[in-house]
Amino acid sequence: MPREGSPFTGLGPVFVKELSDHLNSTRMMVLTLFVIVFGALPVGFTLQEIRTVTASDQFLFLRIFTVEPERMPLSFVVALNFMIPLMAIGLGFDSVNSEFNRRTLSRVLSQPLYRDALLLGKFLGGLATLAVALTALFLIVFGAGLLLLGLPPRGPEVARGVAFLLVAIAYGGVWLAVAMLFSVIFRSTATSALCALGLWLFFFILWPMIASAITTGFTPTQFRSVDEVLTLEQFSSALARLSPGTLFGEAVLGLLNPETKAFGYFANLVMAQTRGMIPGTPLPLDQSLLLIWPQITGLIAGMIVLFAIAYIVFQREEVRA
Amino acid sequence: MSDNVIEARGLLKLYGTTPAVDAIDLSIRRGEIFGLLGPNGAGKTTTILMLLGLTETSGGSVDVLGFDPVRQPLEVKRRVGYLPDAVGFYDHLTARENLLYIARLLDIPRRETNARILEALKSVQLADVVDKRVATYSRGMRQRLGIAEIVMKRAEVAILDEPTSGLDPHATFELLEMIRGLKKAGVAVLISSHLLDRVQSVCDRVALFNRGKIALMGTVVELANKVLGAGHPILVEAGGIDVPAVLRGIEGMQQVVPEGVGAWKVVADREIRATVAKRIVAAGGSLTRLAELQPSLEEVYTRYFEEARHAA
Repeated sequence: MPREGSPFTGLGPVFVKELSDHLNSTRMMVLTLFVIVFGALPVGFTLQEIRTVTASDQFLFLRIFTVEPERMPLSFVVALNFMIPLMAIGLGFDSVNSEFNRRTLSRVLSQPLYRDALLLGKFLGGLATLAVALTALFLIVFGAGLLLLGLPPRGPEVARGVAFLLVAIAYGGVWLAVAMLFSVIFRSTATSALCALGLWLFFFILWPMIASAITTGFTPTQFRSVDEVLTLEQFSSALARLSPGTLFGEAVLGLLNPETKAFGYFANLVMAQTRGMIPGTPLPLDQSLLLIWPQITGLIAGMIVLFAIAYIVFQREEVRA
Repeated sequence: MSDNVIEARGLLKLYGTTPAVDAIDLSIRRGEIFGLLGPNGAGKTTTILMLLGLTETSGGSVDVLGFDPVRQPLEVKRRVGYLPDAVGFYDHLTARENLLYIARLLDIPRRETNARILEALKSVQLADVVDKRVATYSRGMRQRLGIAEIVMKRAEVAILDEPTSGLDPHATFELLEMIRGLKKAGVAVLISSHLLDRVQSVCDRVALFNRGKIALMGTVVELANKVLGAGHPILVEAGGIDVPAVLRGIEGMQQVVPEGVGAWKVVADREIRATVAKRIVAAGGSLTRLAELQPSLEEVYTRYFEEARHAA
C-alpha cells in the first residue's frame, strides 16, 4: 500500500539536532584531539624535513601530506587513512540504538516523520560533523605549511588539496554507514562498537595478509608473459580494493602525487612502455581525477549500499522494547 | 464527522502465526477517557502502536480522526499525542530544548514556539525547571514532561501507555489530575494500564484485554454488573439491633453478608438505602454508616480472570 507524505518530512530538524549534539559532545572533542595529535606529528616532522630540501619541486606543498618523515614511519595521509574510520565509528556506533536504549525512539517516531528522515538525518548530521572536523584539520595543515614553508600553494595544488578533502569525507561516510548499520542491527551500543571496530581492524590488519595469501595461491611457478604478471597484479589489487582503506589510499595517491599514472608497480611500467608516458612527470588534474574515478565511485557506492542495508533493517525493526 | 475519534474494526496483529492482537473492535468517542486494561502481554501496547501507525497491522481497518494510520501515518501522528511506556528524553538537554526539538519536528511556527513550550510546561507545573537538564528530573517529572509535549502539540487524541507505572501515590495523583485536565481541554484520552484502581477513577469507559482479545468493554459499573452480577451493594454499619433480621423482607433485597464486626454488605436489585435507614431507625438501632459500595475494577478483573482460567 502506498503511504502518503514526503519521506523527507522532518529531515531538517533531525539533521540540525544531530549536528549540534555532535559538535557539543565531549566525544567529538576527544576524537578531534586524537586526530589532530595523530595528524600534527607527521606534518610537523615532514615540514622540518621539507624546509631543508633545496631541489625544486613543482608540488612541494602537496608533499606535506604525503612524505613519510624519517623520524616517524607515518605520513599524514596514512595517519588519516587509519584515523578517519575511528572517528566515523566514534560518531555513528550508537546513533540508533542509543535512542532505543534511552527510550526516545518511540516518542520521536510518534511525531510526524518517517523513519527514513530519522536515519538519513542522523547520517547527514554525522557526515557534516566529520566534514567540519576534517576541513578544520585540513586548514590547520595548510596554514602550518604556509607559515613554515613561507611558500603559497599554487592553484593546482589547492585544487588537488580540496579534492583530497572531499575524498576524505566520502571515505569517512563509508565508515559512518558501517557504524550506523551496526547501530541499527544491535541493541547494545557496546556490541555495535565492538563489531565496527572489529571490521576496521580486520580490514587494516588481517585483510592485506589474506589478500596476499590468496594471490600467492594463484601465482604460477613461472610467468610466461608480461600479461600474466599484469593479470596477477590486477587480481591482487582487486582483492585489496575490497577494503575501503585501499580505495582511499589509491585515490589520495592519485590526487596528491600527480606523478601517479597507474596503481601497481607493473601497471606503471606497462603504462610507461605502451603509452609512451615518461615516469616521474606529473599528470594534469583532470587526468588524475580520471585515474582515480573508479576509486571515488567505489567509495560513494559503498557508502550508499551500506546505508541502504541499514535503512532496510531499520524499517523492519519493531519500535517497542 | 462521526463522534468517534478512533475506530478499529477487526484489528489483527500476528507475530508469526500467533496473534498478539486478535481481531478486536474498538471505538473511542470524542472527549472521553478510555482505559485499555489487562495483564502485561495482553496486546495493549501492540494495539496502541497500530493505532499510531508505528507497527504494521496484519489485518482489519483503523480510522484515527478520519485518517488511516497505515497509509497516512504523518497526518495521524500530527494530531495524536503519544506518551510511551517509560518515556525517555534526551538527558543532556533541558526540558525546553527537548520540547524545542519536537516543536521543530511538528513544524510549529517559530514565533509561537517559545510561548507554546512555556504554556505547556506551566500546565504540568514544570515552569520553574524549564532550563534544567532532564537528567536531573524525577520519574514523575519526566511523565509530566511527556504530558507537556502532548499539550504543546495541541493533540486531539492523547495515547498514554502505562502512564502511572513506577510513580509514587502523590505523583500518580498529580498525573491523573493532568489527565483530567486534558479531557477538560476536549482531548480524547486512551490510557493503557495494569494498575486498575488508580485508572478506574479517571476512566469513562474501559476495555479489558485478555490474550489479544477484548474480553469486556463498557463503563466500570456495566462491567461490574456483567461479571459480579447486577445489584446495588451497600454497606451498613449499625449497632444495638440484629440487622439481618430487621432488614429481612425488604422488597428487592437479595442477600446480607457480614463484613466484620457490626457491619454488613447488603445486595439488592434496586436502590433500597432509604428503606434500610428507616427500618433500622424504627427498630431502635444506631445507624452509624450507610454507603453505596462502588464496584471495584480490581474485583471485576480478578473475578473475570479467575473465571476465564476455570473455563480454560
